[in-house]
Order: sequence, then structure tokens, then C-alpha cells
Amino acid sequence: VKPAEYDFVAARRRLEAKAKSAAEKLTTVEDAVARVKDGDHVAVGGCLFSRTPMALVREMLRQRRTGLTLTRNLMCTEGEFLMVSGSVERVVTAWMSIGLPWGVSKILRHYVESGTVALEEWSHLALGLRFRAGAMGVPFLPALTMLGSDLVAVGGMKTIEDPYSGQTLAAVPALFPDVAILHVHRADRFGNCQIDGYPHMDADIARAAGTVLVTAEEIIPEEETRRYPERTVIPGFAVDALAHVPFGSFPHECYALYEADYDHFGEYTAAIDARGPAAVADYLDRYAFGPPTFADYLDLFGGARLAEQQKKARELTR
Amino acid sequence: MTAAAACSASELLAVIASRQLRDDTTVFAGVGVPLLAAALARQRHAPRLTMVIEGGIVGPEIAPGLLPISTNEMRAGRRATMLPGITDAFLLAQRGFVDVGFMGGAQIDRFGNINTSAIGGDYWKPKVRLPGTGGANDIASLCREVIIVTAHEKRRFVPRVDFVTSPAWLDGDGSRQRAGLLFGGVSRVVTTLGILGFDPVTRRMRIEATHPGVDVATVRENTGFELGVAPEVTVTELPSDDELAALRALDPERRFLG
Repeated sequence: VKPAEYDFVAARRRLEAKAKSAAEKLTTVEDAVARVKDGDHVAVGGCLFSRTPMALVREMLRQRRTGLTLTRNLMCTEGEFLMVSGSVERVVTAWMSIGLPWGVSKILRHYVESGTVALEEWSHLALGLRFRAGAMGVPFLPALTMLGSDLVAVGGMKTIEDPYSGQTLAAVPALFPDVAILHVHRADRFGNCQIDGYPHMDADIARAAGTVLVTAEEIIPEEETRRYPERTVIPGFAVDALAHVPFGSFPHECYALYEADYDHFGEYTAAIDARGPAAVADYLDRYAFGPPTFADYLDLFGGARLAEQQKKARELTR
Repeated sequence: MTAAAACSASELLAVIASRQLRDDTTVFAGVGVPLLAAALARQRHAPRLTMVIEGGIVGPEIAPGLLPISTNEMRAGRRATMLPGITDAFLLAQRGFVDVGFMGGAQIDRFGNINTSAIGGDYWKPKVRLPGTGGANDIASLCREVIIVTAHEKRRFVPRVDFVTSPAWLDGDGSRQRAGLLFGGVSRVVTTLGILGFDPVTRRMRIEATHPGVDVATVRENTGFELGVAPEVTVTELPSDDELAALRALDPERRFLG
């Protein structure tokens, strides 16, 4: 833990100094990501291969950010991309790989076992509480998890004595990331965001972060936001930049809209099995650095594949 | 290695594990064999068992042939009754709503502690980096009772894990409570050779049951530390044809059954 990450006073002052504008937030992905600085602590929304802000990750790769700390509850291919590109120094997560059928991530192993990237491990709930404490504007939250384990020393978590009962509790420190990158189902042009299905930690991350960048599958009229205000989970004044990116998580999933492309994961990991990190570097040339726009990127998968994944998602959530 | 020639190791584990679950309870289940076991229990003897899944899911009905690969993809939440989000799903367990936590483990020690983080070397530069805790540490800390499901191999059952990712009884003799973990703890370890438990006082692991055709000596030979023996060691019943048929129907592609 770095003190700046849980300094609730400084985080509050930064937010107070910032415009909480209800103005238009719509822009391009390029302009949104221009707000990320080298060395920033970037929190990534979604979870594993669900609602990953892939278009924003791709643009961070294209703009060649370096020295980043990357935090995500469960880290997937996006973490591998940013390790291989040399963008990330430190990863804060509870788990990293793609999933059981693809085994332990060889990229994780390569970069962490060599000491190139530091992996700061917290439990899944502890990371959720770090974002929630940040969202609440408090320095820590008491909890009953992570106690007694070796994870305590890794992240430098402290314990606290309950002033009422005297019991030992975990004092899970807040996390105020510099930047949040999120992908949502819908937003109006003022940045009021709606999420379907799994909420993951996005709403807390958006409140905890200093700068919030969002991509949305669909831009809806203001009238629709006002008709269903209970659906808004991130208020527009918390959002700094918004871009309209259909299939913005692909090849990861977006609940009810498209399923993750498991065959693509299989091809990707097979290449890594054969050639190690060099396979990911080639992948980035093909998918991140090559195609100038996200539409060009999606063309590499092809319309038939995208339609097939949409069909599967509809069947799964019927 | 396994007791039953007629079924695979994963099938044996899933069936024996499913029998540990009672009706009218709740279970926190991870993907793979634990989830299969919970789904099987719900189909057979525990229709009012509610599953809670790490991705922030309550009450899913796992469909045959549509087993989830991760805890937070669409298949995991099929026909769920609630999608509270990840943090709040775990907070249900912290509040005490979750009876049983079901989990696997790469390395396990004589007090039931589990390592899924790093093997050998220094934590920051390990010999082998594993994926990490995910929600395992939380499940081990917060559920009323934890049941571990794992293959029984000498290299997995070590005297002391290299890194305590998920705490069970820590160093035994009340150390779990002293660390602030007031609730829960590992009750059983279901393996391919039998069922292990813990001495109620010292919290050291011991043999409580063996699968048919497996003797106590074999279990001990396949364990990397001295395993105690419960006052009464029972023999489990092999998976029935009905149980195996229902289980195989859940995973027709044999994604997790091997």
C-alpha cells in the first residue's frame, strides 16, 4: 500500500477542486485516454472477461503509457497485454489468468517470477472494500476477511481493535485510483451510466477514482435517463469522458449483449504456449497497434463472429 | 488411485462432495468440481439449497451443458434470483448468511491452510507464481463452515504451505480465533482417497473416512505429513449409477469431469 492510495483527505481535496459538471461528456476514445498520465494508478472495471473496457485498454496501449499501476479484482488478458507492452510496473489484484480451461497464465508467471512486475495480492472482498471505502470517502473499512493470512503482509494491511468489543478486525485501506476505465451498457451524453446484469465493482470504482473514463455500448437520449432514473448507477458529474463504442469489451463479454469469444482465448493461449510473451507482442501488433480504429479492430474478428456471440448471449440470458 | 474404477477422480470428488451439502442451506461454490457438486446436490437431495457465486450471484440454476467457466460470466448467473455484485455477495457471507464454503486448493497443510499464490522463493519473486486467492481467502474467512475438495497427492499435502492464501486453522490450538477469525474454519477435506477432518482440540488433520478399497495406510502414504486417525474411521459409499448419470448430464462436454 502506498499512502497516497488511501489518503482520504487529499482525495477529497482533489475532488473538491474538480468541476462536477453536468455538461456533455461525449468524446473520442483517443481524447479520453489522453487524460491518463505515465505512472498513474489505473483501476479497471468489469471482472475477468466480463465487461472489460477493452477499447480503452487498446487505446492505452496505442498511446504507449508507461510506469502504470494496474488494479483489477480479477485480471485477465488486458493485464497480460499491458505487462508485455511494458506499460505496467505493478499489478494489484486477487487473481490473474483467463480461466480453468486455459491453465495458469504463462505471462503472469513470466513477468512476476522474474521480478519484472510486482503483484500485490488482496482478497477479492478486500479489493471490493478498498474501492467501497474510496467511494465512501473514508480511509478504511473494518472487515472480518484476510485476517491471519500471509496476504496481510503483502499489501501491508493493518488491523484495528474494535472500540466497542475489543475484537481484532481487518482495517481494509481505501483505494483512490488516479483513473478509472469502465465499459457500460448505456449512458446519455452527460455521462449518466446504466449497467445490466452483473454490476461488478464499477459504481464504487467510479466514485473512488480521480478521473473517470467510460465507454458505452449505446448512447441514450437524456429523456430515457430521466424516465428510468433508478437505472443510473454512475452519476454524470462523476464522469470525465465518455465514448460510444459498440462491442467495447470484445472479445470479452458484455452481459446479455455478447458472449466472450472462448475460441479466440484458445488460439491466443495456444500461441503463448508455443512462443511465450513474443506471441503476445505479435498479437498486440495485429490487434492493438495495427488497426487504426476500433471498427478496424472488430473487422479482424468479422461480423459473422460478432453476430454469433450476440446470439449466444441472448440465449443465455433469455 | 481412486476407489472406484467405474468413475473418474473428478466424478468421485463431485459426488462425495455433493453428499456433504444439506437441504435448506446456502453454499458459496467456486467453478469446476465445487459448482458441479452443489448443482448435483440441488438436483438430488437438497432442492432448497441456494448457491452463492463469487461473481455476485445468488440462486442460479446451472443448466446441463452450460457450466460456467468463470464465476462472473453469463452462464454462472443463469436464472439467478439476485445479482447483488461481488462485494455484496461476499458481505452476505460476512454477515453469516452462508453455511458452507466449497473450495479447491493447490497446496494444503496439516492445519488445512491453503496456498494458491506462490510456491518457492520469495513472494515478490517466486519460483512458481499461481493465479492467487480470488475469493478463496474470503470464503475461508467468512463462511460458517468450509469444505475443501481436492485430489489426494503427496505433493499437495505438505507440512506447512509456502504461503497462507486461505486460512483454515493457521497453527492450530485457537490461533484462528486469536487472529480475529471468530467464525467458521475448515471442517472437512474431501479427497480422492477419503474424507479428512480435524482433531477438535489440536486442529491437526486426521482421517475420518476412506473410500471403498482404500486403507488408512494408503491415505497416510499419500500425505506429506503425519496424518492422525479419528476414533472411528468409516467407509464411504461409492457413487451410485443414478448420481453418476445426473452428474454426467450436467457436464456432457466433460469440461470439468476430465
